[in-house]
Amino acid sequence: MDSGRLALRGLSRDWLSGELGVLSGALLVAVAAMTAIGFFTERVGTAMDREAAGVLAADLVVRSRAPLNDEWLDAARSFGLDSARSLSFPSVVIANDSSTLVEVRAVSANYPLRGQLRVRDDFFSPAAVATSIPASGQGWADARLLAQLGAGAGAKIGVGAAELHLQRLLDHVPDRGWRFVDLAPTLLINIDDVQATQLVQPGSRVSYRFLFAGEPADVQRFATWLGGELRDGQRLVTLDDAQPEIRRALDRARRFLGLAAIVAVLLAGVAIAMSARHYVARHLDLAALMKCLGARQADILRLNLLQLALLAVLAAVAGSLVGYGAQALLVSFVGELVASELPPAGLRPALLGLATAVLMLAGFALPALLQLRRTPPARVLRHDLAPPPLSNFVFYAAAMGALGALLYWLIRDLSLMAWISLGAIITAGLLTLAGWILVAGTGRLRGQVGIAWRYGLANIARRGRDSVVQVTAFGLSLMVLLLLGIVRNDLLEGWQASLPEEAPNHFLINIQPDETGPLREFFANNGLAPPQLVPLVRARLLAINAAPLDDRYAPGSRAERLVNREANLSYSEVLPAANKITAGRFWTRDSPDYLVSVEEDFAESLGISLGDTLSFNIAGEDLDATVTSLRSVDWDSFQPNFFMLLTPSSLAGYPSTFISSLYVDESRRAILLDMIRQFPSITSIDMEAILNQVRGVIDKAVLAVEYVFGFTLLAGLMVLIAAVQTTSDERRYEAAMLRTLGAKKRVVFAGLASEFLALGMLAGLLAAAGATVSGALLATQVFDLPLAINPLVWAGGLVGGMLLVGVSGILAARKSVQESPVLVLRKA
Amino acid sequence: MYKRVTSPEGQLTILSEIGLEVKAGETVALVGPSGAGKSTLLALLAGLDEPSSGQVWLDGEEISALDEDGRASLRARRVGFVFQSFHLIASLTAEENVMLPLELAGYRDARQAADAVLDQVGLLPRRRHYPRQLSGGEKQRVAIARAFVTEPAVLFADEPTGNLDKRTGETVIELLFSLNARRATTLVMVTHDVALAGRCDRVLHMDGGRLLPDDGTQGLG
Repeated sequence: MDSGRLALRGLSRDWLSGELGVLSGALLVAVAAMTAIGFFTERVGTAMDREAAGVLAADLVVRSRAPLNDEWLDAARSFGLDSARSLSFPSVVIANDSSTLVEVRAVSANYPLRGQLRVRDDFFSPAAVATSIPASGQGWADARLLAQLGAGAGAKIGVGAAELHLQRLLDHVPDRGWRFVDLAPTLLINIDDVQATQLVQPGSRVSYRFLFAGEPADVQRFATWLGGELRDGQRLVTLDDAQPEIRRALDRARRFLGLAAIVAVLLAGVAIAMSARHYVARHLDLAALMKCLGARQADILRLNLLQLALLAVLAAVAGSLVGYGAQALLVSFVGELVASELPPAGLRPALLGLATAVLMLAGFALPALLQLRRTPPARVLRHDLAPPPLSNFVFYAAAMGALGALLYWLIRDLSLMAWISLGAIITAGLLTLAGWILVAGTGRLRGQVGIAWRYGLANIARRGRDSVVQVTAFGLSLMVLLLLGIVRNDLLEGWQASLPEEAPNHFLINIQPDETGPLREFFANNGLAPPQLVPLVRARLLAINAAPLDDRYAPGSRAERLVNREANLSYSEVLPAANKITAGRFWTRDSPDYLVSVEEDFAESLGISLGDTLSFNIAGEDLDATVTSLRSVDWDSFQPNFFMLLTPSSLAGYPSTFISSLYVDESRRAILLDMIRQFPSITSIDMEAILNQVRGVIDKAVLAVEYVFGFTLLAGLMVLIAAVQTTSDERRYEAAMLRTLGAKKRVVFAGLASEFLALGMLAGLLAAAGATVSGALLATQVFDLPLAINPLVWAGGLVGGMLLVGVSGILAARKSVQESPVLVLRKA
Repeated sequence: MYKRVTSPEGQLTILSEIGLEVKAGETVALVGPSGAGKSTLLALLAGLDEPSSGQVWLDGEEISALDEDGRASLRARRVGFVFQSFHLIASLTAEENVMLPLELAGYRDARQAADAVLDQVGLLPRRRHYPRQLSGGEKQRVAIARAFVTEPAVLFADEPTGNLDKRTGETVIELLFSLNARRATTLVMVTHDVALAGRCDRVLHMDGGRLLPDDGTQGLG
């Protein structure tokens, strides 16, 4: 038999008759959801790989918070390597009457040694590779900086005590690094201009780097030699080290977005399974006839497999196209958080699309379709004969297998997968239980409503299992969207509202000791309360109870990150406001020297207890201090606070700077500009600008997640349509019967409408309840915010559910009440 | 031969003590009231179903000893069917519907053979039409062409005129019997139509799952 032709014919006929519409639609949603994520992460990944060589701007980098030994540059030359210097620090730049925070990156000639520095002459000209670095007196900046300052190319900007010409726009800086959140724009200047800015003072927050490049063997030899020269706080960075952080971030994003897509895939699977059962019911006669005419079980099997394969290929192609388009939109939402320009995607995600299509069909459609080959041929004579029912075990095992395979592809971590599956099963169980209670409760209302609603509610109760599935599927998608809304609006606003009216909105850092007096005077002269200046001493925590911290903490853990960076120490005679002692006692005037009070979470992460001795290195000198108290800190106070606070005399004599936080009314912002002009080395950080930026990032991230959950909503819609499809014959017959018994078309239609509006209401209730409970848990358990119930969530859930489910259900099922009763009853 | 099935009410005997021989080339009508077991017997004779006990032989082969696929290939080669509701495949043209059993049996030149039979039933000009474009009588003529195309040893017909008006039914029956006569096919037909049954060599009456004595006195239901 020419199975191919038969399969193609069958498929096209089923397609034309709409039999395959729901199945293909659900399959398309699943493939599109998976490939959209696939294309997006692939593009970001490719961009990262492509930039890998340039990510350090060198083959080897040594970096430190303190100036590096210039002799190393000569040493590098003797090893046959090129070298360059760079240093970077945050600062505030001024143009006209506005100021903004930037990351100043000062570089020497030769920069970059690897990768390309690309610049534009103005906003609209094409980017070109720069062959030099900014000349002395010039600065090149991100377009964002100019936009924030309202300046154009050629503008003059104040950087500390120096004035620079903004000459070109930066398009790409190789070692800016990859980050998902880039808060401050970059300003690239010549390293010779650093002194003129007066921004680098003892204790300033500066990152110093030496860059080296050359033949791999020379680089290797030099790295080995330099490794022996390094002191605490100096770190060698090779190409292998440069990537993991961003890789991890990308991996997390891929997993998270992937999980969102998996929810859509799961719902699409439910729709596919429902639709496949309906398809099988419709094709039993054909299978029986084929067998009657001599087809063997293998022939029927081959025919069905061929049809599924064809369908999988078609869905993979169409779904991947849709996924690619969807990904382009996703990039437009969040792309700029990742990179200015992403390379086009390869074909690999389309293979994922094919795998998704094949797995979905194999897991959700094939078990039902396999039943066709077991159709008794005698069905051609006796229509009541059917294949033995499909075992639930086979059905669920296949579905779980398919989902498991996709989940594994996304997560590649069996234990995490097990936890996610457990969480999903519990969530699905709770939602289903809630859905079941709602559906059962609705059935009881029947006695109290009019005929149309009674008919609608009766239908919900009668098709109980299907109703629960629909309510749960829609409830889940709506719930997630409502919850994301809560996170985006309520939680963030709740947190901002929880801050005191006049919470500090500016941080001042890098205040030199000799500036403290004039700064206080400046504030007094301008009629402002003098800011509280808090000392800050940079140190490294080396050991706890004389045990060195190297390799003590798991790579990538919070503890490792905390000890790997420079620690900011402060000292105080009294316990600062917004601090509470939770263990031990804070010192008094009579206490001995060298005591330290540690913030409790920090202590817990590093395993520090009362009585421990902490060893620090401060500017090359060692200092030991005993832990005599643990503190809790209210970080929301926006006061300068520290993980480790020492007795004042312990830190006397070490280089320190001061920091401060203050509240400046909107109308008096100009005073800060004057301050920066008068004290150029002080960096003022506008918290509101930072908060807005954070908010923008959260908004975009939430938008991206919401967008992916849009697929979930589509998949929920597919479940609804699949359910309508499976009941269409029944509905048609009932509508015809009702009309034959004298019901007007309007009444039958009202019954249908009330059924779906009620279903939508149930889904909306479930969604609002779920989102409110999850939102409350998030607020109280994670974000420590007062519980607030937002009535809009309930309104949104109900209206959203009724509109979505109501309208789509009515649209999907309306045909069944429109057919002529005579025709329907004759067919039956 | 017996056929029993298990139902919620317990075991039901659908056919009992059936002993029947149909000679090659003979035409036999099976008549009886609804639920008499006619369709079940037809299914057993054609190898669509298995007896609970007893044997069924078809064209010299014991089909009750074959498995389902074995019976399928035997049907593909030696059995033809005509049904009350035609059972044409909607996605295939008239010609392709007739070709299908040939292709299932692995014949080459299926198209030529199909066209030849379509010509005999007078539908060659409409061979490219789909079932939905054909009238009831035309559909049944395509079904008859499909039944004869493999030149089966035995043809089973289940109420072949049940869905047709009287005149169309008569035309179709004429065609069925003339083709049958020309090819000397054995015909076993279930029918309620007295006149149609009367055209057969033998009329078998069934009731309550049993064959009644062959005296021709039972009424038709």
